[in-house]
Amino acid sequence: MTTPPARFDAREASQWFFRHGHTGWLGLRFADQGDNWVELELPWRKDLLGDRSRPVLASGPIISLMDMASGMAIWQASGTFNPVATLDLRVDYQRPARERASVRGRVECYRRTRSAAFVRGIAHDGDPDDPVAHVAGVFMTIGADPRAGNPALKGGSSDA
Amino acid sequence: MPEAPEGLSDLPAYARSLGITVHGEDAGMPVLTVAFGPMVEGRPHHFHGGATAGLLETAGYAALRTALLAAGRDPQLKPINITVQYLAAGKSRPSFAIGRITRLGRRNANVTIEAWQEDRSRPIATAVMNILMV
Repeated sequence: MTTPPARFDAREASQWFFRHGHTGWLGLRFADQGDNWVELELPWRKDLLGDRSRPVLASGPIISLMDMASGMAIWQASGTFNPVATLDLRVDYQRPARERASVRGRVECYRRTRSAAFVRGIAHDGDPDDPVAHVAGVFMTIGADPRAGNPALKGGSSDA
Repeated sequence: MPEAPEGLSDLPAYARSLGITVHGEDAGMPVLTVAFGPMVEGRPHHFHGGATAGLLETAGYAALRTALLAAGRDPQLKPINITVQYLAAGKSRPSFAIGRITRLGRRNANVTIEAWQEDRSRPIATAVMNILMV
């Protein structure tokens, strides 16, 4: 193969990522991206509530949202889909999400080394200046991932 | 089905739809479990870090509810923060988790949680949660 691989594109990759597995079950959606950040949306859903008394999304799915946005921010920053594993993830909850509100997670990868990537971000329910939560995390690069060969993760067409 | 400790028959909707159940108890604290399947899968054949965190967090709340019931208290619980340490990949088999109350105060509680798979002495993840009680 002499063709250089296309740059990782979070929008393209989302079409493939969110059809399967945990993030597919949660119904995560791509929202926006930049050079080193990704924003994903977790739609409000009745079976993802954490509290009997209020129709507010549980904190568990919000961790999943931020974990996924973190990984994708790292691939967005590096330009390649190199598998990573979460080493440490911290979530500080400022307030509950509003009733029946979807939550968006915006995470940036602010530093990468050979073996680690550092991320920080916010979860919000409409106004990024009034976050629901702040997150900080460290990820490690790991060995080969069978998905690395998937064209959808190299910026090619997802239905190729 | 093993008998759930009193008051823990009702896990939150999120935990139930992810398939988390009460497996049993140890030293008076509930042991929760979740089977491996598409709903918890991240990279192929492995738990998604978010699903593992969801199990840890659910076990943390379950432990705190158990301790509060024993103390005759029933406050509303609000998360302050959670820090998750990932120690080993969660493989395609069931995961278990149990919480331990490090400190139960009047307004907040500090809970430590551990998750493992086939070998209890080799945790795959741990977490610390601070929870506000109102």
